[in-house]
Amino acid sequence: MLTKENKLNMFSTAYRIRRLEEKICEVYGKQEIKTPVHLYIGEEAIATGVSQNLVKEDLIFSTHRSHGHYLAKGGNLKNMVAEFYGKENGCAGGKGGSMHLIDVEAGIPGSTAIVGGGIPIATGAALALQLKGTDKVAVAYFGDGAADEGVLQESMNFAGLKNLPIIFVCENNFYATNSFQMKRHADDNIYKRGECYKVPGELVDGNDVEAVYHTAKKAIERARRGEGPSLIEAKTYRWKGHVGPDEDTNLGHRTNEELEGWKQRCPIKLYREKLFKEGVLDEGSYQNLKREIDNEVEEAFEFAYKSNDVPMENMYKHLF
Amino acid sequence: MPWTKILAENNKLIDTDIDGDKKAGREITYREALLEAQDQLLANDSKVFVYGEGVDDAGSIFGSTKGLHEKYGIKRVFDTPLSESALTGVAVGAALAGMRPILVHMRMDFLLLTLDQIINHAAIWHYSFSGQIKVPVIIRCIVGRGWGSGPQHSQSLEALLYHVPGLRVYMPATPYDAKGLMMEAVKDGHPTIFIEHRWLYDKKGQVPEAPYSVEKGKGRVVVEGSDVTIVATSLMVHESATAVKKLAEEGIKAELIDLRTIKPLDEDIILKSVAKTGKLVVTDYGWHTGGVASSISCMVSEKGFSSLRKPVKRVTCPDIPTPTAHNLEAAYYPSADDVANAVRELCS
Ligand SMILES: Cc1ncc(C[n+]2csc(CCOP(=O)(O)OP(=O)(O)O)c2C)c(N)n1
Ligand SMILES: [Mg+2]
Repeated sequence: MLTKENKLNMFSTAYRIRRLEEKICEVYGKQEIKTPVHLYIGEEAIATGVSQNLVKEDLIFSTHRSHGHYLAKGGNLKNMVAEFYGKENGCAGGKGGSMHLIDVEAGIPGSTAIVGGGIPIATGAALALQLKGTDKVAVAYFGDGAADEGVLQESMNFAGLKNLPIIFVCENNFYATNSFQMKRHADDNIYKRGECYKVPGELVDGNDVEAVYHTAKKAIERARRGEGPSLIEAKTYRWKGHVGPDEDTNLGHRTNEELEGWKQRCPIKLYREKLFKEGVLDEGSYQNLKREIDNEVEEAFEFAYKSNDVPMENMYKHLF
Repeated sequence: MPWTKILAENNKLIDTDIDGDKKAGREITYREALLEAQDQLLANDSKVFVYGEGVDDAGSIFGSTKGLHEKYGIKRVFDTPLSESALTGVAVGAALAGMRPILVHMRMDFLLLTLDQIINHAAIWHYSFSGQIKVPVIIRCIVGRGWGSGPQHSQSLEALLYHVPGLRVYMPATPYDAKGLMMEAVKDGHPTIFIEHRWLYDKKGQVPEAPYSVEKGKGRVVVEGSDVTIVATSLMVHESATAVKKLAEEGIKAELIDLRTIKPLDEDIILKSVAKTGKLVVTDYGWHTGGVASSISCMVSEKGFSSLRKPVKRVTCPDIPTPTAHNLEAAYYPSADDVANAVRELCS
C-alpha cells in the first residue's frame, strides 16, 4: 500500500525533474550550458515509479537521457546542474556533461551515452550484488532504440542464466532520434523479448506514476528474493526533440497532433489530478510543494553559476 | 546532431583557402560534395546502396544524404535499427554477394561497436582466402567536436584502423577529395573507412560536376616551402594552413602536405619533402601515443634518417579522453598555434 507520504514523495520527484528541465529550456538559449541536453519531459513517471522502490545501495545505470533517472534515485541536484555548466563542482568534475552523470553515494555509478552501453554494465553490477550476497538490485534504463542492440539480448540471456537481480527498464517513447519504433522493429513486442531467456516481461503505461510503481515493485521484490531478472516496457513519449530544448514536429517524422495527444496525458498533470481527487494534495499544499521545489531548482542553478570553472590542471588529473 | 551545428557554424578554423586540385568553375561545400558523390554512385551503379541511422531523416547525416531516399527509393537508401555491429556484418555479407554498400555512422565513436566485423572479417577476407573474393564495403564515419560532445562523441580513431592490414583509411580534407575519394573507394573495391570531420562540412571548394576519382595513396603538397615539412590530415590540414600563413609572416617557409589517405600512405611525398627541409612536424587528431603521427615519425626515422636535422615533432591530442567542460575542451585540441609553435621550436 502506498502511503500518503509515498505518494507525495513521488509527486515531488516527478515535479522536480520537470521543473529542472523547464529551467534548462529557459536558460539554454544563453549558450552558457555548453553541452547537449536530452530532455526527459513527458517521461518523468518512469524513473519516479521505479525509484520509489529503490534504496541507496541499489544501483542504476542510465543513458544519454539521464537527468530523470539521476534525480529520482537521489542524485545531487546542485552538482548535476554544475555539471551542465562544466564547473569544478559538477558531479563529474566538469569532465562528463549532461550525458555522463554520476553520484556514487546515491547508487549511480555513472551514465553512458553509447546506446545500449549501460545494459551489460548493469548486468555486471547485478552479478556483483549477487556475488556479495546482498538483496540489492541493479536497474538498467534504456530506450526503444537501445532495444535494437544485440547486447540487450546477450545481457538478458546472461541475467536469466545466472538468475541475476536486475530489472531491465525499457522506456519506449517510440522514437530513437527521429526514427519511429516500427521503422526499426519487426514486431511491437519489446516486453516479450526476454521470455526465451527466463526474463519475464511486463508492459506498463509509462505515463502513470503508480502503475509504474506497482509493476516495478513486483519485479524488484522478485529480484530481491533471488528469483531473477525482469523486463519492463514502459510506453511513454518525449515532448522535446531528441536533443535540446525545442520541439521538433516541424521535422516531419512526427505530427503535432501526436505530440498534443500525449501532452494531454502529461504524467505530472495526471498524477496531480489523481492526488487531488484522493485528497492527498489540495491547492494549498500543491502550491507550497511547488514553491519549495522551484526554489530548490533556482538555488541549484545559482550554485552552478557561482561555482568555479574547472581548473586547467584538472585536465591531466585522474590519468594513470 | 544540433549541438555541433552551433559550433561548426561559428568556427573560423575552416576559413582557409586550401582547395582541391582543379579549378572546376564550381564551388560547393564538403557536405554537398559527399552528397553528390553518393548520388552519382547510386545513379551509375545499381550495386551501390546507402544505409545507416538517420540517412533519411530531416538531418540526413548533417545534410550529406539529403533527398537520396526519395530519389532512389527506400530499398537502396534506408534508415536502420540501432544495431551497428550486425549491420556491419550485413555490409560484409552484401559485399560478398556482389553489392557495394555504403554504411554511415553519425559519429566515429559508434563504429567501435563494429570492430569485430571490420577487423576480424572485412579486413582479413581478401587475403585469407588468397584473393579469390573482395569486400567492397565503404564505412563513412564522422568525427565530432565541440559543445561538450564529450568522451563518447568526439573520438578520432583513425589510428586503430590504420593499424589493421586489409583496410583502406581515407581522410579527405577538401570537398574535392571528399567526392573524389568516395568514388575511388567504390572503384577500388576493398573495405574502406572513410573518415570525415564534422567541422569540414561547411568548407567550400572547387569540385567538378562529372564523376572523377582521386588516386589513393597520393598526398598533395598544399603549400610549398623549404624550411620545414608539416604533414597533416583532415581538419588539421586547415589548422596547419593557418599556421603556415602566420609562419610565413615570420619568414619561415613551411611546406604543408595533406596526406588525403593514410592507408595507403604516401611515404614518398613525405620523404621527398623531408629531404628538402630536414625538419618534420606531423599532426593528427588522434591521441599522442601509438597514433598516425607516431607511425609516420617512425617511418621517417627508418627511411629518411639521414635527411633529418632535428628530431621529429608530433602535434596531436593529449593522451586523455575528451573532456567536456568548455575550457578543457578548448585546450584539448591541437590548434594552428600548436602547429606553429612546434615549427618555431624546430626552426629556432
Ligand atoms: C551505439 C550508438 N549508436 C548511435 C548513437 C546515437 N544516438 C544517441 S541517442 C540515439 C537514440 C536512442 O534512442 P532510444 O534508445 O530510444 O532512447 P531515447 O533517446 O528515445 O531516450 C542515437 C541513435 C549512440 N549514441 N550510440
Ligand atoms: Mg526512444
